[in-house]
Amino acid sequence: MLGYYLDLAVRSLRRNKILTALMIVTLALGIGASITTLTVLKLLSGDPLPEKSANLFYARVDPNPLEGYVPGQTKPDSIMSYTDAMNLMHAHRAVRQAAMALIDAKIDTQHPNDHPYFADGVMTTADFFALFNAPFQYGSGWTADDDESRATLVVIADFLNNKMFGGANSVGKTIRIDDRDFRIVGVLKHWAPQPRFYATDLGGHDYGDGDAVFMPLKTARSLDKGPQDTECYASVSDLQHLESAPCEWLGMWVQLDDSTAVANYRMFLDGYAKQQVALGRFKRSETSLLDLMSWLSDQQVVPNDAKLQTYLAFGFLLICVVNTVGLLLAKCLRRSREIGVRRALGATRRDIFTQFMVEAAIVGVAGGVLGLVLAVLGLWGVRHQPAQYASLAHLDVEMFLVTFAVALVASLIAGLLPAWRACVVAPAPQLKAA
Amino acid sequence: MEIRPIVSSLKKHRIPTLLIVLQIALACAVLCNAVFMISGRVKQMRLSNAMDEQGLVSVSLQGTDPKLIGSDTQRNLAALRSIAGVQAVSVVHTLPLTNNNWGWSFGITPDSSVTDQKNTNVTLYFVGQDFQSAMGLQLREGRYFNDSEYVDNAINNAALPNTHVVIITDALSKQLWPGQSALGKTLYSKPNYYTVVGVVADVLRPRLWTSNESKSYYNAFFPVGADDVMRNYVLRSTPADRDRVLQQAVEKLQATSPQAVVKGATFQSIRDKYYADTNSMVWILVLVCAVMLAVTAFGIVGLTSFWVGQRRRQIGIRRAVGATRADILNYFRTENFLLSSAGVVLGMVMAYGVNLYLMKQYELDRMPWYYLPFGALALWLIGQVAVSGPAMRAAAVPPVVATQPT
Repeated sequence: MLGYYLDLAVRSLRRNKILTALMIVTLALGIGASITTLTVLKLLSGDPLPEKSANLFYARVDPNPLEGYVPGQTKPDSIMSYTDAMNLMHAHRAVRQAAMALIDAKIDTQHPNDHPYFADGVMTTADFFALFNAPFQYGSGWTADDDESRATLVVIADFLNNKMFGGANSVGKTIRIDDRDFRIVGVLKHWAPQPRFYATDLGGHDYGDGDAVFMPLKTARSLDKGPQDTECYASVSDLQHLESAPCEWLGMWVQLDDSTAVANYRMFLDGYAKQQVALGRFKRSETSLLDLMSWLSDQQVVPNDAKLQTYLAFGFLLICVVNTVGLLLAKCLRRSREIGVRRALGATRRDIFTQFMVEAAIVGVAGGVLGLVLAVLGLWGVRHQPAQYASLAHLDVEMFLVTFAVALVASLIAGLLPAWRACVVAPAPQLKAA
Repeated sequence: MEIRPIVSSLKKHRIPTLLIVLQIALACAVLCNAVFMISGRVKQMRLSNAMDEQGLVSVSLQGTDPKLIGSDTQRNLAALRSIAGVQAVSVVHTLPLTNNNWGWSFGITPDSSVTDQKNTNVTLYFVGQDFQSAMGLQLREGRYFNDSEYVDNAINNAALPNTHVVIITDALSKQLWPGQSALGKTLYSKPNYYTVVGVVADVLRPRLWTSNESKSYYNAFFPVGADDVMRNYVLRSTPADRDRVLQQAVEKLQATSPQAVVKGATFQSIRDKYYADTNSMVWILVLVCAVMLAVTAFGIVGLTSFWVGQRRRQIGIRRAVGATRADILNYFRTENFLLSSAGVVLGMVMAYGVNLYLMKQYELDRMPWYYLPFGALALWLIGQVAVSGPAMRAAAVPPVVATQPT
């Protein structure tokens, strides 16, 4: 029976080629636009570390003066001073903890004809790699002792290793950064979490390539490396000795494996803030401990433009569906006589309904296929945009399936009303009118 | 044109009527908001910048020894001056639209400290000698810095320079001392204070404030001699010489400092880069609007065509009993006008609702009322254009159709 309906539907669609083409193209445009924007949005709002994000927490305290403070409402600053970060680090209350800031690292290419260039870097503490599950290709990270002894060593990213050492094991070799020799202790495998969650408020970019070099915080500071972003909460006259300045420039992440640990750490953090208030260092006792995904939504990492584009695309899809409903309906109303004849010859309402739904589904599948082509084109267009995330825009299997789901649902919704109108046609008046 | 018969005919086709109205309403709602977003972005891209941008290039020199900055800077400036066609050279720490922002907050009373809530957030521009000619600024009041004011003025890893003079923009002057001249007044941030010696026309900040246009101009210029932050060399030439000057400047600086990272850019490319995202969003919005309006128009064409086909016999009868072609044409035009009107009324309400939601969710501004009639007018016109094809075909139906069996 279904074969018969398919045959009928194809005949009917071929009878009005222009109209059929119009319906398919309309639906395809709507689907293409919404899948393109949805793919980008999914990419931007994804979980950068799915296997660990639930256990990673971002800690904040608030050293600002009392003025403008509304208890319970004012959020703490998004970065931390050196004193606070080190106090929390040395308390060792979490399974792992790391403080970090972003730097520019001048890489000497070691080729006589090439000029040096700046690469993105992170100055951080020993736990960084284990905390974020950063995978090593060769070697490993450094130790807490290296942190304290300000060892001039560095972990480099795979792409830097490929460029400088042709991808070979470079552990133990030296690399010249900022006109100083650093010993390579580890080479990461490809690691570029999207978004680059650990850097969202440290002054870097949120999406795109990962960092090229990672060096111990105290080593970098002893070589006068400055952080990308600094915010001061009191008058300051010396920005070189940031360790003692009333300025915030570090991000602080901790790993907490279960809800008890989270509750304990929260208590510890509150206690720390209260203790600092008692000591007179703090005026506000506000603290915050957000898990990774909450932190990203708190930071509104996903660009508003990407969200607005998605709204726009779905508004457009809605218009396309309404348009298709209208065209299918007009078509079906013109076929009242044909429906009357088929009903008189014994077709039940259900038969008619199925027939029209099959017709709508064919339009939907065709629209979906064309929509997929348009989405691939659209994503190609996104990749040629100047946005940070441009190079990441690719269709994955999931979105491939979503495309057809959206196409089918859209076309079936579009077909519902016309099919219902068709099956309630009373046969007698239609036959009499002839 | 009598409206009653049209209305009663539409009443018989309730669902298609509702669908057309709904489609026009949705298109109107999306169009108004999209055009509003486009205009906001275009306005931002067109913010004026009182700087002669055309012949300006900038070369940044990073990664050299900070201890040698004093002698390096003099040598570099001399080398750049020797390039043929260069009219002015200076060194600054940042330029408008580079995203390299050094913000500070100042008050106008001696007890103001950086953390005061009522202070004004200002961008600090540290500038070297002759910056005004290199950047192409316009003096509104007072004077530029004397040569002696640059000497020995440095930042030396402090937050603020050790000078006591400042030049501010017009917008900042109006914000701090509305209705008064800023000359001779003082900016305070304990323990530093700076006396205003000049006011320049509004130059953009390195990073713009999207929510408040005039805040995008709050700049203060400080004279600084040699300092580690002064790493952007700016060169002015005629626009014709610009690209050659840029290339030669990069080569010269790279040759004198082989271990430095030297990057050159025309100011035009700095501007293009800053607005690249905004620009691409504008084009996406324009594209979506165009396609959406085309879809709506084709939808109207398709639906009206079927209507015309369905009513061929009625049209024939009307023609046979005396209606002219113009009458038939007008019938369909008026019908479309009524549908569009219903659609845009609903659409304007929806557009307003969408705007309210976006205002709440994304801190968008309130859409000015005139976007609504604009959207309505656009859809009226599109409806009329779209309906004219099928209406013409309807008018061409000969009266003899009335006598033929259907």
